[in-house]
Amino acid sequence: MARKILTEHINVPGIETFDVYRKQGGYTAVEKAIKTMTPEEVVEEAKKSGVRGRGGAGFPMGMKWGFLAKPEGVPRYLVCNADESEPGTFKDHHLMKSIPHLLIEGMIISSFALGANKSFIYVRGELMYVIRILEKAIAEAKAQGFLGKNILGSGYDLELVVQPGGGAYICGEETALLESLEGKRGNPRNKPPFPAVKGLYQSPTVVNNVESISNMPWIINNGGDAYAQIGIGRSTGTKLISASGHIQKPGVYEIELGVSVEEFLNSDEYCGGIRKGHHLKALVAGGSSVPILPANLITKTAAGEDRLMTYESLSDGGFATGTMLGSGGFIVFDETACIVRNTWNFSRFYHHESCGQCSPCREGTGWMEKVLHRIEHGHGSMHDIDLLVDISKKIEGNTICPLGDAAAWPVASAIRHFRDEFVWHITNPQEATAPGAVYMGDMALV
Amino acid sequence: MTESPNLVAFTPERLETVKEIIARYPEGRQKSALLPVLHVAQEQWGWLSSEVMDYVAGILKIEPVEVYEVATFYTMYHLDPVGKHVIEYCRTGPCCLMGGEDVYGHLKKKLGIEAGETTADGKFTLKEVECLAACGWGPVFQIREQFYMNLTNEKVDQIIEDLSK
Repeated sequence: MARKILTEHINVPGIETFDVYRKQGGYTAVEKAIKTMTPEEVVEEAKKSGVRGRGGAGFPMGMKWGFLAKPEGVPRYLVCNADESEPGTFKDHHLMKSIPHLLIEGMIISSFALGANKSFIYVRGELMYVIRILEKAIAEAKAQGFLGKNILGSGYDLELVVQPGGGAYICGEETALLESLEGKRGNPRNKPPFPAVKGLYQSPTVVNNVESISNMPWIINNGGDAYAQIGIGRSTGTKLISASGHIQKPGVYEIELGVSVEEFLNSDEYCGGIRKGHHLKALVAGGSSVPILPANLITKTAAGEDRLMTYESLSDGGFATGTMLGSGGFIVFDETACIVRNTWNFSRFYHHESCGQCSPCREGTGWMEKVLHRIEHGHGSMHDIDLLVDISKKIEGNTICPLGDAAAWPVASAIRHFRDEFVWHITNPQEATAPGAVYMGDMALV
Repeated sequence: MTESPNLVAFTPERLETVKEIIARYPEGRQKSALLPVLHVAQEQWGWLSSEVMDYVAGILKIEPVEVYEVATFYTMYHLDPVGKHVIEYCRTGPCCLMGGEDVYGHLKKKLGIEAGETTADGKFTLKEVECLAACGWGPVFQIREQFYMNLTNEKVDQIIEDLSK
């Protein structure tokens, strides 16, 4: 069995309560950090661990902490991004509802490290029941002296606030999240200045994902070096993978980074293989935004090496033949899935979720959705395929925030790897629009 | 225009909740309370009329337009009256892979309405939403805080019948 850092105790009955969490060794890391370490030492452990942002960007968390400006007399803020909305991703939802104290313990340690006295957990509004779970856990931790004034007699004060969103994917982008937390529309900000200098209320701010922060208790208890020994190369530690689609056992799994895609997909410890009687056709490894890969490129790289669940291996080959680990939203498609329909579906998502600030994204996402809709519904022309590629290129890199890229990549990659299926929809509209029709061509299935 | 009596007001319990929410933020940053307070308002009135939004603006000491621009941006806020139960049905890719479109078709037939409509008896409003972060348990819909997961036609029938009672 692989080592578990985040989910070791997740199935212990009553783990959502303070007492049971405490019995499993909970809050010892807070004691260790606050009583025996300086904030700088905590930051140092985070740096040594090499833990990277688990929301999707993969930026080293310790380094991000190192950028935080510390002007005299100005409050600093830590904001946890729990706005999990990337299609295919549901790990933070699972973690927060099952073991809320883990995130709270991580927030206390991280806030202490950054010198924040008021920290926020911004949770997508749809998860109001999770917000209530977190608020209950916060009240318990406060009653036990782990939150509030003079924590454990150290003189350090911290208040945790859980903030609900209002239903907007864009608020997962950190500056949109800060705007939203200030009570505004979720329009991403121009950078610079970065949040580390001017973030919430124009004060220095760090925004970290739920899973990233939840690693901190283990890192403090065991040391950043021990964490860095797990995984391969610059992909250190474990990662929560949200597995969905045509597999035997959808769910959230904690892997050691470096397990092969093949093993993750087929082993009974994880997905348990493609559903019975079916074959792998395509896979989105890191949430809807990352390039979709056909079966033959997901288990092996173009060079024929085993593809591993690491930041580096999944991106091997660049976008020509690779993809990204992203948020770890692992969406599996068997041969019954229609790539054109799915691409249209994802496009509709990005069009719906574009904040409308930048014209390439506002107009481009709508345009792509329209073109994909007509191809899917039997009214496409051959010119539409190149048109889609052209639009995607004109969105990519031309927007304030990465939503534009996130909208462009699924479309560009679907055409790159499944062009025949688009052509088939256009040249055989009657057949393609028949109920349940799926292109069977000569694509490689595994 | 003469001042009319304020017909819109939070219940005393909710007003306490609202005050507690406003107190979470630093001095002068009470606008941060806007999203949570709008959720409380929607809990009380079911949807956000312009009267309710103006009332919230008054409580937070911000301009009404600051409330309108937020309420119209975030999809969870209902800007029109809704039925007793608002069914928020996930229409995004992973749920569709699990048969979400077929189950959705069945649900619409069962209720006799399309997205954005409310049943004649006022019991159900149907709303299509994007990914609810429950992809491994799809197809999924949500009614208020409750998630209904791994939906099938039979489960949908049961849920609708139970809620119709």
